[in-house]
Amino acid sequence: METVNIKINGMAVAAPKGSTILEAARYAGIDIPTLCYLKDINAIGACRICVVEVKGARSLVASCVYPINEGMEVWTNSPKVLNSRKRTLQLIISNHDRKCLSCVRSGNCELQKLCKDLHVDDEAYYDGEKTHYAIDDSAAHMYRDNNKCILCRRCSAVCENVQGIGVIGPNERGFKTNISSAFYMGLGETSCVSCGQCIAVCPTGALSEKDCTDKVLEAINDPSKHVIVQTAPAVRAGLGEAFGYPIGTNVEGKMVAALRRIGFDKVFDTDFAADLTIMEEATEFLDRVQNGGVLPLITSCSPGWIKYCEHYFPDMTENLSSCKSPQQMFGATAKTYYAEKMGIDPKDIVMVSVMPCTAKKFEIGRDNQNAAGVPDVDISITTRELARLIERVGLNFSLLPDEEFDAPLGMSTGAAVIFGATGGVMEAALRTAVWKLTGETSDSPVEFTEVRGVAGIKEATYNVAGMDVKVAVASGLKNAKELLEKVKSGEAEYHFIEIMGCPGGCVNGGGQPQVPASVRNFTDIRALRAKALYDADAAMPVRKSHENAAVKELYDTYLGAPGSHKAHEILHTTYVKRKIHEI
Amino acid sequence: MKTLEELRAIREKMQGQISIRREDVDRAYDSASESAAVAEDAPKYRSHVLVCGGTGCTSSGSVQIMKVLQEEIDKNGLRDEVCVVQTGCHGLCALGPIMIVYPDATFYSMVKEEDIPEIVSEHLKDGRPVTRLLYSETVTDDGIKSLSDTNFYKHQHRIALRNCGVINPENIEEYIGTGGYQALGKVLTEMTPDDVIQTMLDSGLRGRGGAGFPTGLKWKFAKANDADQKYVCCNADEGDPGAFMDRSVLEGDPHVVLEAMAIAGYAIGATQGYIYVRAEYPIAVSRLIIAIEQAKEYGMLGEDIFGTGFNFNIGLRLGAGAFVCGEETALMTSIEGKRGEPRPRPPFPALKGLFQKPTILNNVETLANVPQIIVNGPEWFASMGTEKSKGTKVFALGGKIKNTGLVEVPMGTTLRQVIEDIGGGIPNGKKFKAAQTGGPSGGCIPAEHFDIPIDYDNLISIGSMMGSGGLIVMDEDNCMVDIAKFFLEFTVDESCGKCTPCRVGTKRLYEILDKITKGQGTLEDLDKREELCYYIKENSLCGLGQTAPNPVLSTLRYFKDEYIAHVVDKKCPAGVCKALLSYVIDADKCKGCTLCARTCPNGAIEGKVKETHVIRQDKCIKCGACMEKCRFGAISKK
Amino acid sequence: MASNKIPFAGSKEQEAALMQIISEHKDDPGCLMPILQKAQDIYGYLPIEVQTMIADELHIPLEKVYGVVTFYAQFSLYPKGRYKVSVCLGTACYVKGSGDIFNKLQELLGIGSGECTPDGKFSLEACRCIGACGLAPVLTVNDEVYGRLTVDDVEGILQKYA
Repeated sequence: METVNIKINGMAVAAPKGSTILEAARYAGIDIPTLCYLKDINAIGACRICVVEVKGARSLVASCVYPINEGMEVWTNSPKVLNSRKRTLQLIISNHDRKCLSCVRSGNCELQKLCKDLHVDDEAYYDGEKTHYAIDDSAAHMYRDNNKCILCRRCSAVCENVQGIGVIGPNERGFKTNISSAFYMGLGETSCVSCGQCIAVCPTGALSEKDCTDKVLEAINDPSKHVIVQTAPAVRAGLGEAFGYPIGTNVEGKMVAALRRIGFDKVFDTDFAADLTIMEEATEFLDRVQNGGVLPLITSCSPGWIKYCEHYFPDMTENLSSCKSPQQMFGATAKTYYAEKMGIDPKDIVMVSVMPCTAKKFEIGRDNQNAAGVPDVDISITTRELARLIERVGLNFSLLPDEEFDAPLGMSTGAAVIFGATGGVMEAALRTAVWKLTGETSDSPVEFTEVRGVAGIKEATYNVAGMDVKVAVASGLKNAKELLEKVKSGEAEYHFIEIMGCPGGCVNGGGQPQVPASVRNFTDIRALRAKALYDADAAMPVRKSHENAAVKELYDTYLGAPGSHKAHEILHTTYVKRKIHEI
Repeated sequence: MKTLEELRAIREKMQGQISIRREDVDRAYDSASESAAVAEDAPKYRSHVLVCGGTGCTSSGSVQIMKVLQEEIDKNGLRDEVCVVQTGCHGLCALGPIMIVYPDATFYSMVKEEDIPEIVSEHLKDGRPVTRLLYSETVTDDGIKSLSDTNFYKHQHRIALRNCGVINPENIEEYIGTGGYQALGKVLTEMTPDDVIQTMLDSGLRGRGGAGFPTGLKWKFAKANDADQKYVCCNADEGDPGAFMDRSVLEGDPHVVLEAMAIAGYAIGATQGYIYVRAEYPIAVSRLIIAIEQAKEYGMLGEDIFGTGFNFNIGLRLGAGAFVCGEETALMTSIEGKRGEPRPRPPFPALKGLFQKPTILNNVETLANVPQIIVNGPEWFASMGTEKSKGTKVFALGGKIKNTGLVEVPMGTTLRQVIEDIGGGIPNGKKFKAAQTGGPSGGCIPAEHFDIPIDYDNLISIGSMMGSGGLIVMDEDNCMVDIAKFFLEFTVDESCGKCTPCRVGTKRLYEILDKITKGQGTLEDLDKREELCYYIKENSLCGLGQTAPNPVLSTLRYFKDEYIAHVVDKKCPAGVCKALLSYVIDADKCKGCTLCARTCPNGAIEGKVKETHVIRQDKCIKCGACMEKCRFGAISKK
Repeated sequence: MASNKIPFAGSKEQEAALMQIISEHKDDPGCLMPILQKAQDIYGYLPIEVQTMIADELHIPLEKVYGVVTFYAQFSLYPKGRYKVSVCLGTACYVKGSGDIFNKLQELLGIGSGECTPDGKFSLEACRCIGACGLAPVLTVNDEVYGRLTVDDVEGILQKYA
């Protein structure tokens, strides 16, 4: 690799050509603070926190976007630099709602940390006129509180550049500049798909999920309710971060222990429903292939993706698998099969889901998601909310023992746990579909590595029983759009497509613990969390969904066969065609 | 499409026409080889009447004047002898509508519709100028002076403005007649792109729009970057309040900009140009549209220009009211159809500009110099001006000055010459306080620097900048704290809101100034303000923020006592800041007539008939109505 | 929502004109600004209905259109008065007292900057330098320019349009 030699704070540093000062400083063990910059998402040099002195430059420069060149001399911690950063922070907080004590981000707010690190000793130094905005609570999944917004624009960048949606963006100009929807519409009135990526990248408390932890505790404390919980595959790969574990640590055992101690009557695993999804979806796929159904079949696990498809590709909703998402399949099974088995009135069951996802909060309120006449899922909380619950009830997470999920809906296979990473659903489906197509032999392949990895779009062709099965995987909605446009134009042809709304899949979902830019800029959190899931899969004794004994029992004793009439009534759903702009 | 020969034929035909309007022999274009033709083509009309159709004169009614003039000419049977030409701005906007009669160059100012019949019958028909309607300075005991002998014009040296007020901007042939498109022909047939760039470098031409970056260097950088497409952009988003030279060039001589852009395109290897012009300049826009159409028709733009294989097209983009779009990256972002927010540099536009392609951006006045540099050679241009600032500069004189308008003087001319000799000094016997240059990015120049030769570097050394050339004169009645606040308010309004120092910092700076003008400022505020100024300069993303504190810093530098007066004494010495004023009645002068009490809109004046009146300060709203009405001069403000 | 204030009254002819403009420009790079300018010429302002048509036709988010509209001072979300009174607050005019003229207009019309009288007759705005500095201070009513003003002239000018 071609390197460039520069001096930082008087020390010689060699860094790859094309690096920014921010990146080069990292080689010298210097973390330059940032606020607006987010690698691959937002590089606009706007907040000016990362300014450094460069010899010969007329003013301070933004290190996040300033490329290094040979012989450059940089100072990252001169009095002028440190003082400037402090002033910048003081200006930012002069128009910031400083109710830190009651803020959801207190303790992991990037702005708060910077103020501490940069020694902001007078928070009111520049106080003057403040802007005031109404809090937007119109969406099912989140709050937008512009009074806490610092205009870093990470949210609008991820919304537009990564997700290709752009329902929020900068409006007005100057001091009145604010991030909002067109005509100040509530997010709930727009084509926002609820993916929550904006929340995941927000450095402050301006964007947050609608917290449902109170509701959960209320249900648990109601003796008339049977409160059960399911946890999505990706949650176990992210939750640990909230308690100081390295990114990519699988904390499944402690998570189960914590949920039990919080007081859930049963602690189940969404993975069970993931296996169930494979049974239904593989059946649906083979049915469409063999009976001339609409192809390509596209997965329906990701509610962000579903809403996106309804708004932006309404003519492709027929391609969507009619399978409910695993969250909803789980809830539907719990309130029918499990309720019947346990002799509990489904009305008395409170189904709580813990998801890496904010769109799940929207999904639980969708039509045709009430197999037992009551909502399949009652409360959906994010990984972050679970972490908050654990803290609130006073559990010392790291001291908890590792425990196992309850039977029977806690039983799952390796195929299910990889649902949390992009390509995982495809691989799980292939494990079962290939098994079926090749005559249900026990030595059918397990790993389909072509569909693994963090690439935005992946393609593969498998020759199965004399047929070329063409598959594609996309994560992140801009990638989904690119892929679907190719399909629509006839440029590409597939039989089966997996789409996840969030880049990298659920491990990088909008409900996962927020990782500060200082880490994100130098770490691929998607790959690390995904690895935890693939490792878990590899360690499982059973790795194919059709070998899940509990699922088999469910079919044998209750549903009949996959794709049966009863399975359809309980496990499948419908979609609506929406417009992009409805005014 | 015209060939070079056809271009020459048009030029020769038109030169005869236009020479009647040029008192000076056209040094720039009548080189020995070509001047011979002039005499052969005798002028068709014995007299040309030029009526200014610039924004200033149009605003004062020149369109109607021209209509009536043509009617009167027809009525008097002079249609074949006298022609009426609508031109661009002559510069002396304060005296508009303006009318000049050639060949004698007599100058009518503030022409009224009802004067036209007399001017036509007396002057145009019978050859007797109507002296009472002439610009007073031109009427002397020795007869009538020509326009170019007036103080306003005789100190000027017009390069960028050479055709403004001389030709009909809506007729390409008039432009060709003054040598137009000759430079483009020369460049395409006799010079390599490197020759063109070297010529620009040798001329020493620097950007007239702001920072004064060498034009040739800019072109050189853009040429060095290979790309499938490059762009030439013209910055006609003249945003400095009080500057209107670019507007005047576009209105008076639009083709010079088109020609220069084509030359620049050839030099850097671009085939597409964009002119980004303020929508607030409707006349300039319509003339540009006409000019582009005509240039295409004549083959000066389009494919295979002069049969040389060079292609160049120009598109017009209208601004929509955002000062920041004068900043180069913001302008390009705006042409891309987005919010006009600046981008961090590097990458510089020469590498990644418009649509991420190598781009140069030059302002109108800069471009207006280019064709003449090509024709006359770089040495000619470099012979004018100072060591590091070559050529001339156009200034828009405004504010408290007699001759408001547009002037072009060699670089190095002193402020005193511009304000006193050309501008006619301060009206009403008031005292000069400061001249503001560089608009919201510039600063105030106090009387102590009255004799400094104006060029880029001198202005920066005294805390101001050239900017685009707005020059606003202020007298003793202007409060410098108020002026600083005025500019900050402008910046706060026009900040794009992208970076923190500009979005929040300028707002806070404005608030501090506002506090001071309201008499609530403290000495700590003064320190805080200065520190904030330097912070904003050093930390802002683009030139707008980096220069926004200049008006504050320069007033602080030269008029610190005024700030102190506001903060410590709670007084506004110029009597501008209302909160610090009080109106008082002098008991010795008051006759008790009650007029003031009856005038006061807020009932703040008390007093009985024939007794001394008193203004209740708690009720006074400081409107000044009483002082205006008092017939005895008994009311004064302190 | 802003557009709820004044009911949208766009005609089929206006819509056809807008569609024509969009189809003429949609392939030009950076076409959004010229289209918005022409749309404002057609409708007089840019309500949500118009912005949505543009967003849908150009296949860009409505928010993107709105972000551009609210960035530039020239674009308006509200209908203007029949007579648009605009006072230049550029430097040259300001130092010659245009601020007082602006205040007088606010007082006489009973509206603030950017507002429209209830009868829809006058709207008032401050503008930056129209380049008629030689006539400072100036104001414009639609395309008519009034220069060399004093505060006392203001009432008479408004009466012309009464």
